[in-house]
Amino acid sequence: MTLQEGRVISEAVTSPAPPSRRGARLGFGNWLLPIYAIIAFVFLLIPIGYTFVFSFNDSIKSNIVWRGFTFDKWLNVCDQIDVCVAFGNSLIIGVTATVIATVLGTMIAIALVRYRFRFRSAISLLLFLPMATPEVVLGAGLAAEFLGAGVQKGLGTIIIAHVMFCVSFVVVTVKARVSTLDPALEEAGRDLYGSPNQVFWRITFPLLLPGIIAAALLSFALSFDDFIITNFNAGTTSTFPKYIYISAARGIPAEANVIASAVFFIAIILVLVAQISSARKRKQLAHVG
Amino acid sequence: MAFSAFATGTAQEQAPRRKSKIALLLLLPGILYLALFFLVPLVSLVITSFQAPVLNGDIGEFQTSFKWENYVDVVNTYGEHILRSFGYAILATIFALLFSYPLAYFIGVKARRWPVLQNLMLVLVIAPFFISFLLRTLAWKSILSDESFVITGLKALSLMAPDAHFTGTAAAVVFGLTYNFIPFMTLPLYSSLERLDTRLLEAGSDLYSTPAKTFLKVTIPLSMTGIVSGVLLTFIPAAGDYINASRDFLGGTGTAMIGNVIESNFLVTLNYPVAAALSIILMAVILVMVTVYVKRSGTEDLL
Repeated sequence: MTLQEGRVISEAVTSPAPPSRRGARLGFGNWLLPIYAIIAFVFLLIPIGYTFVFSFNDSIKSNIVWRGFTFDKWLNVCDQIDVCVAFGNSLIIGVTATVIATVLGTMIAIALVRYRFRFRSAISLLLFLPMATPEVVLGAGLAAEFLGAGVQKGLGTIIIAHVMFCVSFVVVTVKARVSTLDPALEEAGRDLYGSPNQVFWRITFPLLLPGIIAAALLSFALSFDDFIITNFNAGTTSTFPKYIYISAARGIPAEANVIASAVFFIAIILVLVAQISSARKRKQLAHVG
Repeated sequence: MAFSAFATGTAQEQAPRRKSKIALLLLLPGILYLALFFLVPLVSLVITSFQAPVLNGDIGEFQTSFKWENYVDVVNTYGEHILRSFGYAILATIFALLFSYPLAYFIGVKARRWPVLQNLMLVLVIAPFFISFLLRTLAWKSILSDESFVITGLKALSLMAPDAHFTGTAAAVVFGLTYNFIPFMTLPLYSSLERLDTRLLEAGSDLYSTPAKTFLKVTIPLSMTGIVSGVLLTFIPAAGDYINASRDFLGGTGTAMIGNVIESNFLVTLNYPVAAALSIILMAVILVMVTVYVKRSGTEDLL
């Protein structure tokens, strides 16, 4: 997932629920639209299917011509050691950046909803701007700063860059959750002589957890697939997208397709599990109500 | 929506007047971080854009000066790339809108009766996000290469000149930009069409309006927030992208965009002042276009 993709996902996550679910009877093309939708989905999924199919290609070096079916690349992914090193770096960067960005962003989100303070609109603007800035500008700006300060580029500078663009997305996602939180629950905790610490960790935090988890997953996905900002601040350090960019000229090994396909299926399973569990919760709530 | 999430004032009114010391403690680390690694970089980019490269100096060396001519030089040298970037981005945005509107309408309005199907289709729309951006672009490069059955098929049917290419052309770059940014258009359109009250469409037809007229006078205006959001979310990244236009991906020798020039000046020829000046131009043009567009479309609370 790239940076812009996060903008859309966080938008979908934070948009309010629709008022009604009335069926539509009107409009032209009652059969035309479904057919169009099917064609559109096939079109959207073509490159994914291609990447998956070619992860089974018995290729030698470049993975362009079909040479026969094999499970070999899935079983021995790390035969191409460079792919695995790059993938490992991406995981380290993703996890570290996600933890830092989630902590910083969650704190800001709580402050924005729960407290009054001066310079509120300036702070909102500062949080919004990174999401409206082209990635190439974010990457070049940070690289110019590192250059001026004489900082050696590497794993550390990549993590710094990733935290920077993840924070705003964490704020948007967690903020949506904080504003749906009923303050009466925390008041009840205080009325029952809970200390501020207890109230936060026993009541507020568990209630915010789904939003925090969603924000963390979004951050990780953003960090994992980021190429443009990484490319400006990586130095000689390799990440998975950077590896693909560099090898694009001489051909991508099938092992890269294996890793990309595996990541794809894990992500889709996570999304589906989240959807099913939230649908189940809604059903339970419907029973109670 | 993400673009309006920070603009709402309701949170402030609800926010109780409580210890601002705690608020400061909560805000400070994150805000300092953004100041240090977002604001300072922007400022250092502006400063770098006015520096002069040292003749016969070390690679990438530049001296402190105030050389605003950098901007004139950059526009003279790379004017073509700047125009091309915005041209490609506008085309990709239009195609993405045309592709996405019927799809978002189907998911958001027609499929309302089947929430499970609706959710499944939303997952399918964002599915391309979960496979590496670079790999899915390379996949299109292979699928549409000169030897691929798609292109050989088109040539056999005489729909394409026998010596024509697709990859490496401007059309391929626009195609790649369109494909990669379609979900950015579809999701905001979906979230505004999902809330469309279909009784208003019924009212239109009750008043003897043709379906086409109802669509133009009711559906489109009611989904304007989605259109504005989608256009911005597609246009901004498309204008700054340099993957699709890169020669190793879908582009060719004559398709370099502003992002490609910034990248090569920053990372290959180490001409930092030029790269910085181009970045500032890109950012400024985008901010101006976004502001004008948002004002024209009448959804000023978007930013």
